[in-house]
Amino acid sequence: MRRIFWRGPPGSLGFPLKRLRVINAMKADTPPPHKNRWSWRSQAFRGIVYQALALAVIAFVAWFLAHNTLLNMRERGIQSGFDFMLQSAGFDIGESLYPFDSEESYLSAFLVGVSNTLRVAVVGIVLSTLLGTLLGVGRFSRNALVRGLCVSYVEAFRNIPVLLQLLMWYVILTEVLPSSDAAWKLGDFFLSKGGLNFPIPVWAVGQLWAAIGLGLGVVGVLLYRRWARRQFEATGRLRSAFWVPVVILIASSLAGWALGGAPTELNRPIRGEFSIEHGGALTPEFLAVLIGLTLYTAAFIAEVVRGGIASVPRGQGEAASALGLSHQQEMRLVMLPQALRVIIPPLTNQYLNLTKNSSLAVAIGYPDVVSIANTALNQTGRAVECISIVMLVYLTTSLGTSLLMGWYNSRSAIKER
Amino acid sequence: MNATTFQPIPARPAPVNTEGPVAWVKSNLMGDWKTTLSTVLIGAVLLWYVPQIINWAFITASWAPRYEACSAEGVGACWGVITEKYRIILFGRYPYEEQWRPLIATTLLTGLLVASCMRRFWHLWLPLMWLAVLTIFFALMYGNFGGLTKVETDRWGGLPLTILLSSLSLVLCFPIALVVALGRRSKLPAIRSFCTIYVELIRGVPLISVLFMASFMFPLFMPQGTQIDVLLRVLVGITLFAAAYMAEVIRGGLQAIPKGQVEAAATLGLSYWQTQRMIVLPQALAMVVPGIMNNFISTFKDTSLVTIVSLYELTGALKLGINSDANWRPFIIEGYFFIALIYFVFCFSMSRYSRWVEKQVNKSKLR
Amino acid sequence: MRISTVKTLAAIAAAICTLAALPAHAGKTLDGIKAKGMVTCGVNTGLAGFGAADSAGKWSGLDVDVCRAIAAATLGDAEKVKYVPLNAQQRFTALQSGEIDVLSRNTTFTLTRDASLGLHDTVVTYYDGQGFMVPVKSKLKSAKQLKGQTVCVQSGTTTEKNLTDYSKANGLAIKPVVFEQLEAAENAYFTGRCIAYTTDASGLASTRNKVAKVPADHVILPELISKEPLGPMVRRGDDEWFAVVKWVIYGLIEAEEYGITQGNVDSLKTSSTDPVVKRILGTGEDSGKLLGLDKDWMARAIKATGNYGEIFERNVGPKSALGLPRGLNNQWNKGGLMYAYPVR
Repeated sequence: MRRIFWRGPPGSLGFPLKRLRVINAMKADTPPPHKNRWSWRSQAFRGIVYQALALAVIAFVAWFLAHNTLLNMRERGIQSGFDFMLQSAGFDIGESLYPFDSEESYLSAFLVGVSNTLRVAVVGIVLSTLLGTLLGVGRFSRNALVRGLCVSYVEAFRNIPVLLQLLMWYVILTEVLPSSDAAWKLGDFFLSKGGLNFPIPVWAVGQLWAAIGLGLGVVGVLLYRRWARRQFEATGRLRSAFWVPVVILIASSLAGWALGGAPTELNRPIRGEFSIEHGGALTPEFLAVLIGLTLYTAAFIAEVVRGGIASVPRGQGEAASALGLSHQQEMRLVMLPQALRVIIPPLTNQYLNLTKNSSLAVAIGYPDVVSIANTALNQTGRAVECISIVMLVYLTTSLGTSLLMGWYNSRSAIKER
Repeated sequence: MNATTFQPIPARPAPVNTEGPVAWVKSNLMGDWKTTLSTVLIGAVLLWYVPQIINWAFITASWAPRYEACSAEGVGACWGVITEKYRIILFGRYPYEEQWRPLIATTLLTGLLVASCMRRFWHLWLPLMWLAVLTIFFALMYGNFGGLTKVETDRWGGLPLTILLSSLSLVLCFPIALVVALGRRSKLPAIRSFCTIYVELIRGVPLISVLFMASFMFPLFMPQGTQIDVLLRVLVGITLFAAAYMAEVIRGGLQAIPKGQVEAAATLGLSYWQTQRMIVLPQALAMVVPGIMNNFISTFKDTSLVTIVSLYELTGALKLGINSDANWRPFIIEGYFFIALIYFVFCFSMSRYSRWVEKQVNKSKLR
Repeated sequence: MRISTVKTLAAIAAAICTLAALPAHAGKTLDGIKAKGMVTCGVNTGLAGFGAADSAGKWSGLDVDVCRAIAAATLGDAEKVKYVPLNAQQRFTALQSGEIDVLSRNTTFTLTRDASLGLHDTVVTYYDGQGFMVPVKSKLKSAKQLKGQTVCVQSGTTTEKNLTDYSKANGLAIKPVVFEQLEAAENAYFTGRCIAYTTDASGLASTRNKVAKVPADHVILPELISKEPLGPMVRRGDDEWFAVVKWVIYGLIEAEEYGITQGNVDSLKTSSTDPVVKRILGTGEDSGKLLGLDKDWMARAIKATGNYGEIFERNVGPKSALGLPRGLNNQWNKGGLMYAYPVR
């Protein structure tokens, strides 16, 4: 028997009068009765009942878990609370963006872990987007060899688990690279089992001025883009979207650097007794994580980009040619905006995946936040607290990335009713 | 009257052949100067490196299961590590003499998976077959009856464990994901918020923290004395994780259905569940088949992370086999290649199958 | 929703919750073991001499033998042990959560572990210290030469903290490369990623002799930078089980002191006249009853694994692959620190 939403005109009882012996209610001078909210036939009532049941079940489960945990912890004398965060950490961290001393608190140690995670995540996102876009666009190339290479790359790297890839890259890097005394040298760059050592500029006023110049350059680029868009809408002439902004950024940074005294002093790495000393260093752990994550995620991004470009109906390209648009104009004005709409949500997913996959770096010795949490967990025994901190860090990063990409997505979305 | 003789005009040249290998090479590899240049460069690189790789991997490789043969001069890849250790890699810590049991069980389950993909097996008795094969699988692996010795679940490892975890979690996560996706689009605020919180929470954290919580901290959440199998805990963790991602994929499909479909269904007098079952879900699921298959492949690969909780699937079993034996240590990379090949075979077949399904479903959209 | 609806729903939810109040019962580990018929023992994933499985899945090692002795004493059969391999991070949560009954995984006893993890240290089965291992070709002679160098270490161990303390005290600015798994740390050292590998000296010997391709290419530096008393740990909240584990180990040590070996335990049971021996083997007083076991508890344990000296010799002694001297682990009357409390 078919159930239907409502059997009768709105405002009525909803069912034929002869089912209900409330003859008084149908007198013409009394107002129509309230919609019957306590009958199972009312959708609103059913909704309330379902929600109440769901809430009761969830509340019970949550209470059950919390009660057991507290009981078990009290019985076994396991201490809880976040007060351990202010205690001195007592362990060193192998690599970090800024110096970390073992006397600093656990909170500082966690912050170092977060900075390490963000470091590999941000660089990985940038590199994998570049590589993935190249591969995705390469799938539509006229050259069959290029097409074949892109396909093989994507298939090869998508179908192997990321943990396995990270482990393989680490083994390759530590086996293939020479030890520090026989490091490969290219100018001031050294590549060995100890990592990649490169010269870094010694921080002076000039770099600060260069940074200021870069900031001004970003403002300049935004102004240029506004001007270019207004020019396009007025005259229909497309301005360069890539080269001019790049030139503006480089020029402003150079100007700032020159104004600051043009410092050229570099901290060069030199061969020490057992390893390369001084200079900046990227450890093999960081390199392995970066290479592994970049190559893996690039394969997925290539598929996303390919899907985006393929989702644009073929008629759009044909219509663009019919209108006489050049290949570049067709790409920029017709294909890319429509493709971007389809690309952005799965691309966000891939960025989140990359950030979360960086948690596997703990298997190869890179001190990201999971690794630091593991150490803290073992030294203080606060398992629940440490795990919840890790989950909180990843949740915040994910939510932040989702919000950012969601804002970008809504800007490029199709406005529907 | 003068008869004019017919003067044929000279024959025009034959049309350019656009079929055949020569034409294909010309259009695909040498279309214009840029294409020709890239062909030459890539061809040169390939011709230089590919013979070297083939030489290392096959011609000078050593297949004998003795490490002295591998350490000899001029030997390339050492596939002897596979021929020597393949049983511990494929079956983990399962007792050596009983390894015929996981072999049969895995073959049955893989056969069933392959059969479920083919149209000719899509009958009503397929779910019954699934139940039967799963029962046989567990009975064979666990034993403890009919002369088979008992083998605890923490001894299960290698390929059987990978296939069991992936197939069970995928089968179980799909209904959960459907309910959560529909719940997320529901008008009831409590259900919608709960589903949203669940999906966002699980999607925001990495799998290893979920596995760590499920495997090592779960007993802390239970009343004292309850003993839940490690395999079950890990399975629950992976299922909940996969369900959150699947729910998002399905929700994408649901979002893409025009509102008019639901309104038309209401006009016809269909209830909510009838609308979902007959109108919305068939269209939505057909639209997101690539996403669903992608999720299947990801879950299969994510089972490699259970090494973290001391269940020895392929990667963990390899490290177990090689780390206790110093002589084979330098050849671990060949072991990694072997495991990568296994994963590649499975995942590649799944992705090709997904392409086929996509084509079947989109037959109406082909030009 | 109307206020009255909210109140009704809240009342329903509260009623359901109170109905499901759970009784709090203290689980007895020993009862659980007897019911299951198995002792669940947390061991190392693969440290030769202490806890390692061979390719057929058979476990052996000093810590493994302690587990077998406990199983023999409580259940009567040394093979009724379920071994759960744990790495350094998982071991404490596994013990706290009840997944394992005893953690026999070369774990150092420290104040933090005793006081804040909800665990109890039982008896030291191996007195150790932390050292460094370096390749011979690095020509390092002392740990103090490791200024600014990379050292591979396993995460979540006292090793990490000791390394930091030593580095700070001597101004060495050592850069640790921290791995979650023992095998990964060893691998990194052997491929040359780090110049040194640090762990307990017994672990260094085990790694050098069983894992290194050419043991002679590696040398253990002379400095011992910390005290590492290793032994099994149990959960808090079950004094009975704590006593059982403690006294099984004391029994093994005292058995060596009084000359009871795996070979002569049967004959000594019937023929010995020494009251101490008779107490240990249960032919005199029944000490097992006070622990909740039967009177042959120690006899079975010694028969299954031998006394402490035999366990030591078999797994890590001078004639074994690790070749470690008794040193501090000798009996108290022979110059070592093994001083068993009297089993009486």
